[in-house]
Amino acid sequence: MIQNYILRHLQVMLFSLGQLWRQPLSSLMTIVVIGIAIALPAGLYVLLHNIEQVSDQWDDATQISLFLEYEMSHEQGINLNKKLQSWPNIAQSHYQSSTQSLEEFRQLSGLGPLLDSLPTNPLPAIIIIHPNENDLRPDAIGSLLSRLEALPEVEQAQLDMEWLQRLRSLNQTAQRGISILGILLSLSVLLIIGNTIRLAILSRQSEIRVIKLVGGTNTFVRRPFLYTGFWYGILGGLMGWAILLISLSLLNGPINHLAKLYGSQFTLHWLSGTLFLILPLTGLILGVLGAWLAVSKHLSAIEPQ
Amino acid sequence: MIHFTDVYKRYPNNYEALSGLSFQLDAGEMAFLTGHSGAGKSTLLKLIALIERSSHGQVLVNNQNLTRLPKRKIPYYRRQIGIVFQDHNLLHDRTVFDNVALPLIIAGESHREIGRRVRASLDKVGLLGKERNLPIALSGGEQQRVGIARAVVNRPPILLADEPTGNLDPELSRDIMQLFEQFNQVGTTVFIATHDLDLIQTLAYRQIILDSGRLAEKKL
Repeated sequence: MIQNYILRHLQVMLFSLGQLWRQPLSSLMTIVVIGIAIALPAGLYVLLHNIEQVSDQWDDATQISLFLEYEMSHEQGINLNKKLQSWPNIAQSHYQSSTQSLEEFRQLSGLGPLLDSLPTNPLPAIIIIHPNENDLRPDAIGSLLSRLEALPEVEQAQLDMEWLQRLRSLNQTAQRGISILGILLSLSVLLIIGNTIRLAILSRQSEIRVIKLVGGTNTFVRRPFLYTGFWYGILGGLMGWAILLISLSLLNGPINHLAKLYGSQFTLHWLSGTLFLILPLTGLILGVLGAWLAVSKHLSAIEPQ
Repeated sequence: MIHFTDVYKRYPNNYEALSGLSFQLDAGEMAFLTGHSGAGKSTLLKLIALIERSSHGQVLVNNQNLTRLPKRKIPYYRRQIGIVFQDHNLLHDRTVFDNVALPLIIAGESHREIGRRVRASLDKVGLLGKERNLPIALSGGEQQRVGIARAVVNRPPILLADEPTGNLDPELSRDIMQLFEQFNQVGTTVFIATHDLDLIQTLAYRQIILDSGRLAEKKL
């Protein structure tokens, strides 16, 4: 009995596919439209994902510079550095005495003779801190920064990552935008499939009447249309995947060139494997749902006369 | 088998198609339903097939009270009735086999059972060689036979026909009637609406005659 049931479903499934096949042009057009609607948010997501990956790499460069009070002696500085190294949210710290700072500045600035003429060393000692990787979130960094600033030995604590935070929040805004776009385009896929199924139902009105007359239940009448939605959805998803891969491969060359100009090893993450699962699945869900909406709205109206 | 008690059918435009109709058809009986057009023949058949419901009165078919049958049970009820239409109502994009198989597919029969019963049914109406044809390739008489084969393929206890010979010449019409007689002989209750009076005069079955939605006369 169950075997029968499965067999019946398979038959309806293939029958629905056959019906798409019999009208290749209009089916293909619908599938391409669904594919574009699915590929667009997915493609933007892939690009955003890549930007995020790049900005994650930059997190390693996050460092805090502590400028110590002038009155601090060399030993006090070294002791403070040791104390900081025991803090759990500090991965690494490095002490640089005022003399070393002066030496560095002398080399980098080329102002040697001028510096020699100064009566005292104007530069403070500094400690350069690399925060723990797990504490790179803006709020964690912020609290670390204020704790460091509150230390009596510290004149000023400086974090050079505001631009990174801006990029992050820009990224978040983009992500929200893509989510909204994704929802709107999903809605349009629902409507496209719903409308396609509606037309299919209308063109088969007489057949539906006959089926109902010989004892077909609503479930039976509904089934081929749901499978039509299933096929449109899954094929549209695959089409979206193909459109995405083609678009990304067109982008890949210029992006590699750009990365090379920046001396970066950056390559585009395609996510093709994940998307190969997600896009057809998304299409499938939208397809069946759209078909269901159309069928439940229009099918009950068609009764034998 | 079919039992009408004081049945009225009024349409929304206040047209009264049936007025206080009472009659009974016994199990295994064969009868004709006649009357001029507009007398209510189609309405009567629609009430039996539950395409319409009566406005008043009781319709009992195969011991089921149709007035009270919930909507979701209608498909299962209809599987007990084979219906033959004047315009055949075949699916033109399916083969003869698939058309006849439809009620069995709906009922969820197994593949083997479907093949066996469809061929038996086509054999009975004399179309065994044409199961792979599309309906469009058949003559009017043959299409009507396909319709009959579909109506009887799941062996319903009741067979309804609405002007089954309406588009056929007298000779083909006689063949079709003979088919109905054969099904009646094996116990099926057969109820045929027709205005082909010449044909039914030659056959000795009860006639239920409608006149403006009322019973006009019964004769054997």
